[in-house]
Amino acid sequence: MPHFTKPPEGSWTEHYGLGTGPISYEDSISPAHYEVERDAIFRRTWLNVGRVEQLPRKGSYFTKELDAARTSVVVVRDSNDEVRAFYNICRHRGNKLVWNDFPGEETSGVCRQFTCKYHGWRYDLQGECRFVQQEDEFFALDKADYGLVTVRADVWEGFIFVNLDPNAPPLQEYMGELGAGLAGYPFHKMTQVHRYRSEVRSNWKLYIDAFTEFYHAPVLHAKQAVADESRKLQNVGYEALAYKVDGPHGMVSSWGGMSPPKDLNMVKPIERVLRSGLFGPWDVPDIGLDELPPGLNPERHPAWGLDSFLFFPNFMVLIWKTNWVLTYHYWPTSYNTHIFEGTCYFVPPKNARERLAQEMAVVTFKEYGLQDSNTLEATQTMLESRVVTEFPLNDQEILLRLLHKTAHRYVDEYQGRNPESPVRVSAVS
Amino acid sequence: MTTLPADFADLEPFADWGMPTERARYAKRLSSTMDELQAFYDAVFPRMEAAASYLEQFDLNDMPEDAKHLLWLYCALVTVSFPVEVWRQPKVPDSGSTSLDAVAEPAV
Repeated sequence: MPHFTKPPEGSWTEHYGLGTGPISYEDSISPAHYEVERDAIFRRTWLNVGRVEQLPRKGSYFTKELDAARTSVVVVRDSNDEVRAFYNICRHRGNKLVWNDFPGEETSGVCRQFTCKYHGWRYDLQGECRFVQQEDEFFALDKADYGLVTVRADVWEGFIFVNLDPNAPPLQEYMGELGAGLAGYPFHKMTQVHRYRSEVRSNWKLYIDAFTEFYHAPVLHAKQAVADESRKLQNVGYEALAYKVDGPHGMVSSWGGMSPPKDLNMVKPIERVLRSGLFGPWDVPDIGLDELPPGLNPERHPAWGLDSFLFFPNFMVLIWKTNWVLTYHYWPTSYNTHIFEGTCYFVPPKNARERLAQEMAVVTFKEYGLQDSNTLEATQTMLESRVVTEFPLNDQEILLRLLHKTAHRYVDEYQGRNPESPVRVSAVS
Repeated sequence: MTTLPADFADLEPFADWGMPTERARYAKRLSSTMDELQAFYDAVFPRMEAAASYLEQFDLNDMPEDAKHLLWLYCALVTVSFPVEVWRQPKVPDSGSTSLDAVAEPAV
């Protein structure tokens, strides 16, 4: 007996025409398939690489390693206050331009110009080549021809994106209805940041799978709650308030009665004192919103607790009723490994009591995340055994269907245009 | 040498939990026995409300060192509360060798 109304077709999955049959996970265990995904997806879509607050002034920059897209980029606030991105490569002989100590590690800072460590070529914040060491030794070299190679960069609600494909549609168009529905949400007020990182031994899509369904939550995380509450949650199971799908992107709208809980015995002793937990601090900061943007709590359900958005391919935004935000990023490093980043954004605490309430929410997120990560490794290894090759997905797993279908569509379309792939041929001319 | 505010001198035996990063607090939890975690929890938990009230008087951007130390001690209690209140083991069940490390967090 459903607690929340489903569409007239009887299920969310049928409503969005995503098919109801079992799905293959070959797309998550095949090295050859991953090689195509790198070009078909990660070199073709808008990738969120940071927020504007990471570039507070002219000359502020950070680097982003995009292993899946076979490159590294530098993102900078230029001298006109515009956010720009460049491939992180010196035009002289191809050295990585911006790095510290370890070429593979990301870095950030403030500078007036970028100077290559190798031979001292310098580039201004607009990417123009401004200095060539022993310029006279070169042969009719014109610095104007040797600017940094630009990467498309654009900003959506303060989130900075890059796209390696010069022909991709603009970012605002790419973000579609789900992106437009969040316009005006005050992300910029949530500048208190806690960021976590994990190297996960699974395909990147498996972690997105885990975080776009809550079907697992009452079971996998049963040991996180007090015993009575845990039993109750397992008996009830999980049902979303609503799912939305628009193009490659999807969202799930969820209930959340835990902040504050109806009955204080539902939560742990420290949560009662700090008035905080998984769903965030119970005493909610004012973020100046008279009404939620139309894309948040789309059902306008009184039991609403949070919405989780998946912006294809690898960026998730969770917006909580309690006025804080969590983002997830999944950066593939091979067919069966990726780097996971989880970032909590809060309104800066006014005092130590609020700071402790935020710490409670952050650490709770971490403990749940540890269980999720470890389970992925267990899933990846057994999927790779290929003992079972087809898997049923229920209606609460609709966003998994969407993700795998979308990723496959990008690969199929790319292979249609490039029949040679996945065999990559090294260029010799 | 005392490191905590005078009103909280009774917590001094546990002052070494008051470390400024979540990574360090978590590492100390994993290297402690359940008896050690329980002892820390039992001593510090009953004073939490008093500590929060005491700390509320300060501007977070301009806190005396001893107050910061007390704040971090209570951040450590947050970290330690999970094993003591629920799991009865220092690491969350079913998490194996997985790690999830803080790479950015507020200065205080």
